[in-house]
Amino acid sequence: MTTAFVHDAYPEPPVGAPGSPGAPGVPATAGRRILGVLRHDRAALFSASFIALMVLMALCAPLISALTGHGPTAFDTSAIDVDSGGLPKGSFGGISAEHPLGVEPLNGRDVLARIAYGARVSFLIAVSATVLTTLLGVVLGMVAGFYGGWVDQVVSRVMDFLMAFPALIFMIAILSTLPAGNRSYLLVAVISVFGWPYLARVVRGQTLTLLNRDFVEAARASGASRRALVFKEILPNLRSSLIVMTTLAVPGYIGTEAGLSFLGVGVSPPTPSWGQMIASSVSWYAVDPLYFAIPGLFLFLTVLSLTVLGDRVRAATDAGEAA
Amino acid sequence: MARYLAGRIAGLVLILFLVCLFTYLIFFELSPDPAVMICGKTCTPERVVQIRTVLGIDKPFLTQFGNFLGGLFAGRDYGTGANLVHCPAPCLGYSFQTNQSVMQMVLTRLPVTATLAIGAAVLWLLVGITAGLLSAVKEGTWWDRAAMNLALGGASIPNYVLALALQYVLVVKLQILPFPSSVAFTDDPWLWFQSYLMPWFVLATGAACLYARLTRANVIDTLAENFFRTARSKGLAPVLTMRRHALRPALTPIVTIFGMDFAALLGGALITETVFGLNGIGKMAADSIEKNDQPVIMAVTLLAAFFVVVGNVVVDLVYTALDPRVRVR
Repeated sequence: MTTAFVHDAYPEPPVGAPGSPGAPGVPATAGRRILGVLRHDRAALFSASFIALMVLMALCAPLISALTGHGPTAFDTSAIDVDSGGLPKGSFGGISAEHPLGVEPLNGRDVLARIAYGARVSFLIAVSATVLTTLLGVVLGMVAGFYGGWVDQVVSRVMDFLMAFPALIFMIAILSTLPAGNRSYLLVAVISVFGWPYLARVVRGQTLTLLNRDFVEAARASGASRRALVFKEILPNLRSSLIVMTTLAVPGYIGTEAGLSFLGVGVSPPTPSWGQMIASSVSWYAVDPLYFAIPGLFLFLTVLSLTVLGDRVRAATDAGEAA
Repeated sequence: MARYLAGRIAGLVLILFLVCLFTYLIFFELSPDPAVMICGKTCTPERVVQIRTVLGIDKPFLTQFGNFLGGLFAGRDYGTGANLVHCPAPCLGYSFQTNQSVMQMVLTRLPVTATLAIGAAVLWLLVGITAGLLSAVKEGTWWDRAAMNLALGGASIPNYVLALALQYVLVVKLQILPFPSSVAFTDDPWLWFQSYLMPWFVLATGAACLYARLTRANVIDTLAENFFRTARSKGLAPVLTMRRHALRPALTPIVTIFGMDFAALLGGALITETVFGLNGIGKMAADSIEKNDQPVIMAVTLLAAFFVVVGNVVVDLVYTALDPRVRVR
């Protein structure tokens, strides 16, 4: 899903243009070459399958609930033991055929259903934030690099300003003063506002370097319009680094969302989120460690898979550039 | 050089001013009236007005902001007549919750955060750079692959998950460490060490993994450079070539990143401090946000931004000293 999103966000140049896959006798584009390399990398394949599984789980969350018969917010008091202070009945956090990953202490909500619905929240927020930061970062970074002068000054100072901000403190502060409601949009907005400068800085630098390259000079000398320069000469050459940065941004934002939810300013209950589950497990983990371990493990494995994938994509791109 | 420095400092002051203004604006506009919160249940409208006057939040935004800045540089007075309280410069105001001087709060909590940051930094630099160097020298061997895969894994664990898992295993299950507390070194050195062990480890893990990967990449790049080949072919001893010709250029970018990371950490390790219950700047930030304690929120934001921008300038200066190619004349 993540790779698909990257391709959607950055359409290939029109067929027939030099360097596009349609033109005969031209080497495959960055995207296709990277996919070719990744297909032979075991770690990358593992990671990609795990992510595919997670995405599938997120998409099929209602189906999972329907199969087990437990919604993400439905209480199941029959699965918990009131005499022991609300601990799940049975060992290992109440794992049973009915609740494959156990139940929450105290109210007996099904952990599997909450994990599946939590995955939806995580992916949705992380991918939206990545799309938004990439858009902002590419547009503003290219504008700053391309036009230079006062435009560059303004954009660069805004970036300095945003990067000097203690982002985490500020995100928490903003989110906690705003009324609870649909937090997802707010989370995406706040994450993106503080996230785009890191991407824009790289894009700006690369645009500046590209502008001095001979082929851009040649295009300009032969009368290419600004539009053509931007879309045909510069943007296609930024694609490799954008693919790498966006694949690595997704796990970063999954972590950020989970962290904010862990601190209690993310998605508001009863909407499940992995970070929130981890936070609520803190008071139980001495007696019910699995209630902590399950969301922790899902979060770790998802971030790890996405990071490994991003890392392998980077290795493939670097190798391609060296060749 | 002097002109360059003056320019940098002017930029620094401007950014800090903007951070202040922006933070103040957000809290002035968004947050609920602190006077009502302080007043509590047995509250009358007159009492609210009175509290607002004492706190100085009855005035228009710009006046308030001006008073805040004035207090920062010249000190300010709160209240009138017999209730007059003078707050000497640099005045960050008084906590709405505890009435303590915010400056005092910052000063008592800064040592905890500094201990945390310094210990973690030593750990991650040692482990990260050593592992990265070894990997670069033994590029492609099983050690290299194992270390780099481990580093990817370590960088992927959210720090609160690692913190809670460690605490579960070491404190709850095996009981070989106590629950961390912000005990002073002078009171009980052994307990102090035990308390900070887990927070140091948690903070260092992610960074050590990143630094290992970065060091490896930089060293490998340097080993492929012409000047390094020249040094080797002159017949210099391998250890000496490594130390004199490879390490310096390879580690210069690390210095840059380290400066920024360390500066950011001094502004408070919010999550780690909260999870372990250490009374540092990060915990203070979390608590103040939870209770909408505006003067404290202002202080922690300003402090963190201060460390980041100052860190930036210091990094640039150190970089110029280390790398003659970027020296400004």
